[in-house]
Amino acid sequence: MTTTTVTAATPAPAPTRSAAGWDEWVVRAAIASLVGWLFLSIALPLWTLLSKSFQNADGGFIGLANYVRYFSTPTLFQSIYNSLGVAFLATVIVIPLAFIYAYALTRTRMRFKGVFYALAMLPLFAPSLLSAISLIYLFGNQGLLKEVLFGHSIYGPIGIVIAQVFYCFPHAMIIIVTALRLADARLYEAASALGTRPGRIFRTVTLPGAKFGLINAAFVVFTLVVTDFGIAKVIGGQFNVLATDAYKQVVGQQNFEMGAVVGMVLLVPAVLAFVIDRVIQRRQVALLSARAVPLEPKDNAPRDAALMVYCLAVAGVLVVVLGTAVWASFITYWPYNLTPTLNNYAFANFEPTGWSTYFTSVWMAALAAVIGTAIIFTGAYLVEKTKVSPILRGLAHLMAMLPMAVPGLVLGLGYVFFVNAKWNPLGFLYGTLAVLVINCIAHFYTVAHITALTALKQIDPEFESVSASLKVPVWRTFGRVTVPICMPAILDIAVYMFVNALTTVSAVIFLYGSSTKLAAIAIVHMDEAGATAAAAGMATMIVMTALGAKLLQLLLDRFVFGKLQVWRRR
Amino acid sequence: MQDIAELPVPANEPVAQSPFLVVRDLVKRFGKFTALKNVSLSVNKGEFVCFLGPSGCGKTTLLRAIAGLDPQDEGTISIGGRDVSKLPPAARDFGIVFQSYALFPNLTVAANVGYGLVNRKRPRAEVEARARELLALVGLQDQGDKYPVQLSGGQQQRVALARALATSPSLLLLDEPLSALDARVRVRLRDEITRLQRRLGVTTIMVTHDQEEALTMADRIVVMNHGVIEQVGTPEDIYRKPASEFVADFVGTMTFMDAKTQGPDRLRLGTVDLICPSASRFGPGETVRIGMRPEEIRVRNIDAETPNRMMVKVAALDFLGAFCRAELEPEAAPGVTMLADFSVNLMRDLAVVEGQTITVALPPESLRIYPKT
Repeated sequence: MTTTTVTAATPAPAPTRSAAGWDEWVVRAAIASLVGWLFLSIALPLWTLLSKSFQNADGGFIGLANYVRYFSTPTLFQSIYNSLGVAFLATVIVIPLAFIYAYALTRTRMRFKGVFYALAMLPLFAPSLLSAISLIYLFGNQGLLKEVLFGHSIYGPIGIVIAQVFYCFPHAMIIIVTALRLADARLYEAASALGTRPGRIFRTVTLPGAKFGLINAAFVVFTLVVTDFGIAKVIGGQFNVLATDAYKQVVGQQNFEMGAVVGMVLLVPAVLAFVIDRVIQRRQVALLSARAVPLEPKDNAPRDAALMVYCLAVAGVLVVVLGTAVWASFITYWPYNLTPTLNNYAFANFEPTGWSTYFTSVWMAALAAVIGTAIIFTGAYLVEKTKVSPILRGLAHLMAMLPMAVPGLVLGLGYVFFVNAKWNPLGFLYGTLAVLVINCIAHFYTVAHITALTALKQIDPEFESVSASLKVPVWRTFGRVTVPICMPAILDIAVYMFVNALTTVSAVIFLYGSSTKLAAIAIVHMDEAGATAAAAGMATMIVMTALGAKLLQLLLDRFVFGKLQVWRRR
Repeated sequence: MQDIAELPVPANEPVAQSPFLVVRDLVKRFGKFTALKNVSLSVNKGEFVCFLGPSGCGKTTLLRAIAGLDPQDEGTISIGGRDVSKLPPAARDFGIVFQSYALFPNLTVAANVGYGLVNRKRPRAEVEARARELLALVGLQDQGDKYPVQLSGGQQQRVALARALATSPSLLLLDEPLSALDARVRVRLRDEITRLQRRLGVTTIMVTHDQEEALTMADRIVVMNHGVIEQVGTPEDIYRKPASEFVADFVGTMTFMDAKTQGPDRLRLGTVDLICPSASRFGPGETVRIGMRPEEIRVRNIDAETPNRMMVKVAALDFLGAFCRAELEPEAAPGVTMLADFSVNLMRDLAVVEGQTITVALPPESLRIYPKT
């Protein structure tokens, strides 16, 4: 009754008011769901891990007792030194190698830069432990080049450091290439106009310009090495590091509380690196003015030739090392019988689950790519482009940035404790494909979120205002304008999610169930059981699939989406 | 400020013209910064109003508050007699054109223009016909199948205008629509927009920092500074009778000099007495600022009867094309410099050169007086 009277009294505003309110409420509900999702999939698992480290086996609060026990157990404590040691060594080796490579790619007129860039990216498409398997084939007990080590064993710190160098190389190179690309030609012109010698220009202009990139790359590499699980597991031998400790405590001894403590310790370098990266990025922006002139490398044949030789050598070693595992997977009996065979791909002979782990992996990665991309892109849109609920949007952004600072192993531990917690009604998720997908989306959230934000920031901020003035609901403009414009970035995110979900070991090692064992975990198990060739075969399958996805993206971009993007051309 | 700015509250408006847009006591804060301080304004139906002011004066904030894009903290807004203060943008009835045009790059020109119509569940043929009609209106009838990136800046601007007008809004908001264009296109589009606005009779508000744009296009100009309205008036009012020193200085050029009031219509500048009817607003012996537009200083036809004569030295002459701008130093008021514009004709006839002493007159009706702050 009352409503009728009100409507009759003010006929004009009532319908529009409700229509507009509907629009806004949908956005509010979407933001609330996003925050809820991030809270459940990121914040709560981490909180559970943190609280677990202060509890005894029965869930009672015991303060720092676990930590005291951890730091007073020499074997556990030793792992910190071991982890820091290999991480330091790997960083010191990788950074100069990657810097010279990146310098060649950005500051010379060398040919085949694109090919060299692509080759250096190869390790990103494989599980980290692939390089470790290759090293075993080359320098292991039956290794081809075993003598090169002069009696030292590849199993242990030597193997870990070398394998990490291969695994981390592309990560460092990408960051340094980005830093070196941001150069102002006028600085170089000013320096040479003052008659500065090339060596001094390098010291006073080039290095300071790349300084932040180098520091950032160093921290990223350091964190990657400390938190990586696969390499230390495969080639570490008796050499204990933090990542393998966490695994042994949880999987081997079922000592969850001590596992939680190791997880918290693992979090320290990652959080440090994250904070330093944030601080550096803030400064990096101010470094380059909008009016900078891009630097065009000048002709210098001897320099280009020398760096070409260097790049050939580095890329060659990368290809050989990664290729060894692939090659070995087709060998009958390494190194005594080198006849080619496909026997190693009959995975059922080495692992009861056989090929099913591979298909589970592909299915899981595909789900993570599709669902993850949808959630992350929509989430980034809500954070960047809507105006309601500023506090919730800020909270969503904060939680989206959190996984960057959390190693996969730590997040995985958090998930185990969270899903298994007695108070959690989501316990049925344990061991399901769903929890693996959710974990992967959470683990790789930050990079994808930043990619989406970057793409969205390039879009005119007034699109939403225009739509509102034309009375077009937000979701319509989102679907008809924003998504089509961002299609390249969306594809990037999807492939990134797919490749990483496929290759990750550390994020999922604690979470799989009997029916949801993944290929990357099968590799660890087959290697543990001594079936190295089959492990190499499975790793090869992963690499091929990941590269296939990337290739598919490039083809799609060129032939399908290219046609849909005619509007970009003048 | 209230006493200087002629704030047109609805009651002061002529009865025949009903105010279409009424803004009352609008306050908008960004953190500690207050961007709008109790702004009140009314706009009549069919009027073309320009918000003019330097950057940061609050003109865009006021426009966005009217649109509902950045809602005000205090105060009310009503459009067409309907209180829209709390309504989201989609529930207000306006079309908007931004400086960046904000055309959807992945949609054709025709689809951009029809964007707001499709949503109203009109038949496709009707939408297409309306889009064609609007494109014809802005002179782009044969560009409908192109994408925005294939058009020039001026053409993109016209598409944005067509899109904003497609849904026949009762209010058109233009946020610095011409400032991204180069000078020639800008002048041409200025005329086109004005003609279109007069033809459609749509109430229009345009934000600009370009005084020439405001003077040539607007029916009324709202001059803003530091979040308050300094003056509202017709372009001629604003130019001829600037209500404050700020307006006088911001719109056109004006020389300011300190003087003292001597009587009801007398001022003393240095050692000369000036006749000035509007001096009566101030008490005797008060120090005031007098303002003079450079083009108002008289050089010809001065005789013994001409009021406010004085001898000045031509300290500098700057050639500016159609005229010369001279810096004049009155002999009776050391330290004062006045600007004067001399036409090329005058320069030739009187053979003015730097360093020369000439007689000029300041016409009493052209002298503006402002309180010394």
